[in-house]
Amino acid sequence: MNVDRLLELGDDALIAAQRLAEWHASSPEMEEDVALANIALDQLGAARLLLTYAGEVEGRGRDEDALAFLRDDREFRNCLLVELPNGDFAVTMAKLLFLSAYQLPLYTRLASHEDQRLAAIAGKARKESAYHLDHSAQWTIRLGDGTEESHRRMQDAVDELWPYTHELTAGEVSRAEWLSTVEPVLAEATLTRPADGWAPGGGRAGVHTEHLSYLLAEMQVLHRAHPGARW
Amino acid sequence: MVSARQAAAAVVDPELRVVTIEELGILRDVSVDEGTGHVTVTITPTYTGCPAMDVIRDDIRTALAAVGHPDAEVRTVFGPPWTTDWISESGRAKLTAAHIAPPHRTGPVALTLSVRCPRCGSPETEQLSRFGSTACKALWRCRACAEPFDHMKAL
Repeated sequence: MNVDRLLELGDDALIAAQRLAEWHASSPEMEEDVALANIALDQLGAARLLLTYAGEVEGRGRDEDALAFLRDDREFRNCLLVELPNGDFAVTMAKLLFLSAYQLPLYTRLASHEDQRLAAIAGKARKESAYHLDHSAQWTIRLGDGTEESHRRMQDAVDELWPYTHELTAGEVSRAEWLSTVEPVLAEATLTRPADGWAPGGGRAGVHTEHLSYLLAEMQVLHRAHPGARW
Repeated sequence: MVSARQAAAAVVDPELRVVTIEELGILRDVSVDEGTGHVTVTITPTYTGCPAMDVIRDDIRTALAAVGHPDAEVRTVFGPPWTTDWISESGRAKLTAAHIAPPHRTGPVALTLSVRCPRCGSPETEQLSRFGSTACKALWRCRACAEPFDHMKAL
């Protein structure tokens, strides 16, 4: 199995987990606080398995912690979408919708990969992704087809993030497959599907937005200040 | 004399303390090397990020040491992925008795069935949140007796 491929999958999950965890104790309602923490935990669980495997394949003695806490931004292979700031709740839900509409078909495909270890991880993560997709789709519909203000915010979120979705569909998951999940949700939410245009990329090659550096600074500071520290 | 298998099977889940890891279906295998006495226990997580796994591993090693198997190793496997269908009938009964509605049997077709209130038995219930106090549970409420309750999600 290719190390970069495992890092792409693992870094997407790790950075998504870190962003979702930022909502912890500050979500709009308690049930949502619990939900976002649970989804973050699922992503973190997948990230740990994928990064552990990536470290073993690489063969340079790096474990999950070394890969998560001791790499700089240029070494991360995550897509730009997951590193973008959380914004308001609508932005967070749009990010999760777009991400899970990509992760679900991807993990489903990888679940029958010839690499047994990757197939087992994907087979597990796939079931969790289905819950993430369902949760974000329901919120997108509720907010889009809600009040004038919630509709405006949800549409703004979709418009703002749309360019970053092209990076998701540049590989194994085709644009048509991804749209077949996302478009019906936007339609039911009475939202306008944005026109395709600007398509920023570079995350898979380690070229990121400045947001990732700030995220890593917060995520890595403890481990770097106290190497090997344990609870 | 308690066998290694019996000792490992009796370990309770740290988050659902009414059921054992065997009843929950996360204990996959226990094998003892007759020559060295080395025990290998294989478990699988309910969810990839389940935070109880470290405690479960420690509890298994402690339980085995207590019955004369100090040399034990706990392995974690992910395939085939855990499903709530592996929860035994006795496990389901114990969950219900602890007022946690057990999961539906999963089938080839995804069906949304009503969840019976584990307190009064009414099917008039509603989901409050798809995510609950642990990764494996959702929060529900009974419309008949008004009690909120946990429901273990079918997976």
